[in-house]
Amino acid sequence: MSIKKIHKEQPDTFQFNDKSMAAANKIISNYPDGKQQSAVMALLYIAQRQNDNWIPLQAMKYIAKFLDMPYIKVYEVATFYSMYNLSPVGKYFFQVCTTTPCMLRGAYDLVKVCKNKISEKENVLSDDGKISWMEVECLGACVNAPMMQVNEHYYEDLNDKKLEEIIETIYQNKDPKPGSYSGRINAEPVNNRKTLLGNKNA
Amino acid sequence: MLKDKDRIFQNLYNDSGADIESAKLRNDWNGTKEILEKGREWIINEVKSSELRGRGGAGFPTGLKWSFAPKEVGSRPHYLVINADESEPGTCKDRDILRFEPHKLIEGCLIASYAVNAHKCYIYIRGEYFNEGQKLQTAIDEAYKNNLIGKNALNSGWDLDIYIHYGAGAYICGEETALLESLEGKKGQPRLKPPFPALIGLYGCPTIINNVETVAAVPTILRRGAKWFSSLGRPKNTGTKIYCISGNVNNPCNVEEEMGVPLKELIETHAGGVVGGWDNLKAVIPGGSSMPMLPKEICDNMKMDFDECVENKTGLGTAGIVVINNDQDIIKCMARIARFYKHESCGQCTPCREGSGWMWRMLERMAAGEATPDEVDMLFDVTKQIEGHTICAFGEGSSWPVQGLIRHFKDEILERNKFDPLVKKQKNIPYLVDQHLLEKENA
Repeated sequence: MSIKKIHKEQPDTFQFNDKSMAAANKIISNYPDGKQQSAVMALLYIAQRQNDNWIPLQAMKYIAKFLDMPYIKVYEVATFYSMYNLSPVGKYFFQVCTTTPCMLRGAYDLVKVCKNKISEKENVLSDDGKISWMEVECLGACVNAPMMQVNEHYYEDLNDKKLEEIIETIYQNKDPKPGSYSGRINAEPVNNRKTLLGNKNA
Repeated sequence: MLKDKDRIFQNLYNDSGADIESAKLRNDWNGTKEILEKGREWIINEVKSSELRGRGGAGFPTGLKWSFAPKEVGSRPHYLVINADESEPGTCKDRDILRFEPHKLIEGCLIASYAVNAHKCYIYIRGEYFNEGQKLQTAIDEAYKNNLIGKNALNSGWDLDIYIHYGAGAYICGEETALLESLEGKKGQPRLKPPFPALIGLYGCPTIINNVETVAAVPTILRRGAKWFSSLGRPKNTGTKIYCISGNVNNPCNVEEEMGVPLKELIETHAGGVVGGWDNLKAVIPGGSSMPMLPKEICDNMKMDFDECVENKTGLGTAGIVVINNDQDIIKCMARIARFYKHESCGQCTPCREGSGWMWRMLERMAAGEATPDEVDMLFDVTKQIEGHTICAFGEGSSWPVQGLIRHFKDEILERNKFDPLVKKQKNIPYLVDQHLLEKENA
């Protein structure tokens, strides 16, 4: 479950850098005049990306001023949705899906590997401070179960051996390749495709 | 089996690429202007007579929904909102449409927005689908560049702007009014209905909300005719549907099939059969986690469409089929689903906020064999207290699967839970104590 504890050590100030500012202004222009509050979710996400994948309280205050809305409303949104991290996470943030369809195909084996290789407890950084992990609810790739998300990318069709390889790759300072790890293409049935064969061979 | 030429989503497995040139080869954007020129009435009537039902779970007739939008635009603009907040466990069909068939969706948005008089369309994508959203954005940019959308789209005189709005990991935002709240930059807590969004929706303006698969199917229906679509399946349950088959099958996959295809055929032909053979089947959840499960006896002969599912006291939902075989602990599986609902309850209505946690904790104890036999009836009573007493359908969604478990597997629960605290006085087993909160810090 998500990290909803406010981190004890907060930075004193927060400001959008130029890149974030441009992105924020572009998103606000998507909404009708006077409805800039709609952009709060996107702005929180931008702040999170700028600030090493977590949101300090100062960022919420900054966004509240930016969008001309009460601070508490921003705080409400930041604590309601599970994708906002209110405490620091690893540079590689593992989110292992353990909801029933993944569980049926061995998601808890992955959790075991995370406990052994990363940290005993959820949301605790690994020894070198690069990785942290947590269990999350359905990520919407049930056909490719068991799977996990690392930052923005999905890693599908995993098992404990393959997850160990991924973690090793990161420890060796390389980025693991996202996508399916059983060699299949997207959501097609492996070696058993009976539909749209004309397209496949075209 | 459905013939390949009758499949709407020809690029479901990304054989030919999602860019605009490949999409045009698949007949996307072919004659869209002519469709628009036939007028609003014609489009809505054609969708009505195709009997297309919403693919997001509730199965509401799409043509009827569109006809609820006010005929004339008053002082308030109309909005079209596409629900791509796909978070139902067992369902991953919209993801493949977003990344491989984005132009079908965009074309559908143009037609739908014309039909309901909307000049702005928001596509609400769940935040986890970041890469899928980027692919859709690329397709939207392509469409702008080719004047397929934007000012005077296709020289039809119709203006349409499409924007993507990312969610941030809340299942409840798939509920249409919660989605609107979220789109307005608030917590995703559902609104009371009525007023329905068709009259008072986003920013208080008339809003039509459709699922991705529904809208993406519309252009093909209008091109090939309502007759073609309604010739597939059976009356009131027409057309094709993407089924997602996951769980204990040999080849889990997404596949587009005709409505009313036998469940056994789906699992045996497309998904390579149940692990351990058909006789090893224990239960199937036919429509995403919020629909009650079915035991093997019913699965043997069941057809997958809206009405037949209802006859069997379940629902087609989003057609996310989760197969559970005899190697699994069925009570544990259901306890995990209950934990999902406990985690995702928005906390607005007390029966759901409190009840979803009760159900989870009782089921965990039942899975561990620590419950008393009469607690099974108590659990059933709790589900009945939640169902129908909440603002949105989340109450039903969380209590129906538990009811399904008790309906079909009560004997198994009773067999495991024989503990009677009054007779044996086993004091080391806590009775009605919140064990799990003690054990798990972050719960």
